[in-house]
Amino acid sequence: MLNKIYIFIAVIALFSVSNTFAQEHNEHVVKTISHDENKKHIDESTHHGEKLNLKDQIKADIKHHLQDSHDFHIWKNIGFPLPVILWDEGLHVFLSSKFHEGNGVVESNGKYYAISHGNGHIYKTDASGEIEHNEKGYETNDKPLDLSITKTVFMIMITALLMFLLFTSLAKSYTKNGGIAKGFGRLMEPIILYIRDDIAIPNIGQKEYKKYMPYLLTVFFFVWFVNLFGLTPLGINITGNIAITFTLAIITYLITTFTAKKDYWKHIFWMPGVPTPMKFVLAPIELLGTLIKPFSLMIRLYANMKAGHVVLMSIIGLMFVFKSWIGSPLSFGLAFALSLLELLVAALQAYIFTMLSALYFGAASEEHEHH
Amino acid sequence: MDALLNEFSVGLFIWQTLLFVGLIFLLKIFAWKPILNAVEEREEGIRKSLEGAERAKQEMQNLKSDNEKILKEARAERDTLLKEAREMKESIVSQAKEEAQLQANKLMEQAKTAIQNEKAKAITDMKNQMGELSVSIAEKVVKNELSNKDKQLQLIEQLLNEVTLN
Repeated sequence: MLNKIYIFIAVIALFSVSNTFAQEHNEHVVKTISHDENKKHIDESTHHGEKLNLKDQIKADIKHHLQDSHDFHIWKNIGFPLPVILWDEGLHVFLSSKFHEGNGVVESNGKYYAISHGNGHIYKTDASGEIEHNEKGYETNDKPLDLSITKTVFMIMITALLMFLLFTSLAKSYTKNGGIAKGFGRLMEPIILYIRDDIAIPNIGQKEYKKYMPYLLTVFFFVWFVNLFGLTPLGINITGNIAITFTLAIITYLITTFTAKKDYWKHIFWMPGVPTPMKFVLAPIELLGTLIKPFSLMIRLYANMKAGHVVLMSIIGLMFVFKSWIGSPLSFGLAFALSLLELLVAALQAYIFTMLSALYFGAASEEHEHH
Repeated sequence: MDALLNEFSVGLFIWQTLLFVGLIFLLKIFAWKPILNAVEEREEGIRKSLEGAERAKQEMQNLKSDNEKILKEARAERDTLLKEAREMKESIVSQAKEEAQLQANKLMEQAKTAIQNEKAKAITDMKNQMGELSVSIAEKVVKNELSNKDKQLQLIEQLLNEVTLN
């Protein structure tokens, strides 16, 4: 029964998300085309035009913020370049600052690369650095395999390092202190216990929960920390990145599939307790359900975090658009309230991801005695 | 969907997979296992201590009730002892009284018998003396009476009459 509900929700979520993105994208295409022109005209524009340009600039900023980047940009001109690592019939390694020299084209071992304004990815180009777009506004150039340490990868590394230091120090403090945690890691102990007692054990069961604990704990803290980093002024939008949530979802899917017991597959392919013709109908639905479950995990986290960032940055942007004594404090207050809400969302999304993963693991490792 | 695919970065996917899976395994070995083990150990310890305390409490209660029982028994024993002593005293006293009564009775009896004997002896004595006295008196009277011959004959006659009558 629960499975059906999930499928239903996932299908609805899928349609609504793809619709909004289609609309959003159409707007983006127009904007990216006009973006560069706007910048050129910014000095000579009228008062009315300036306001319009500001709005466009805010939109472009938001879009830029949501994307992964090959530079680590902190404030205005402060930041540092990150290494670009490409595999394109050979290894190409150079610093991203090279893109800012000349006309944005980098030549490496006889090949030319440029960054697209559309999605921030590196494409293969000719010497002029021209990137072709199709009628929908998507880049048509070939992509090299981009293994660059991007801003997102850099922050993931930092998060991973922080997590490792935090939790190993917590682990050590137990042995040092005779079973009682000490230090900053102590704050995390109730959360670890919560995940064990209220997420893992009720959903998976006392017998099987232990083998899933490392993944559940890691994914919860990773998503939570990364979401929180996204709320700092650095504003690194990691979980609002489809590749990240895809990775997390696919790991959940793989763990579910490879730890699944006989009963799990039996319930998918030959549902017990329903008439035989229904079994044939249910099998494809159930099979599709196994894929839709992780897919919904991926979309949920991605859409929530991305939407949160878009709304929050839009409201912050409104402060500069209003430029009045009423509007700006109002949007400041709104942005503040929304930031608090986003703090909750950061934890909530981590919780939901962990909770649902545990639920799927529970379904996979469940054993029915009465069939 | 196209927008999502356009946004998808294979490189990021590869990095995230490598870093995240690495993180899972590193944390599993160096953090989660020791943390969960320590927490479990601690919980086990707490559970055991609580059980121990409960047991101690139970034992204490048992001990207390045992003490009470022993006290009660001792009190009961004391009471029975006292009762027995009282009974014994009473019986001894009554026995003594009885014995004394008996002795007294016996003494009285003996005294009575002695008195009776003495009385009988005295009576016999008196009888004898009175006999002797009366004989001597009679002797004197007879002596006196029989001083003249007439009287003697008269008496003999009288006596002879009496004998024939018998």
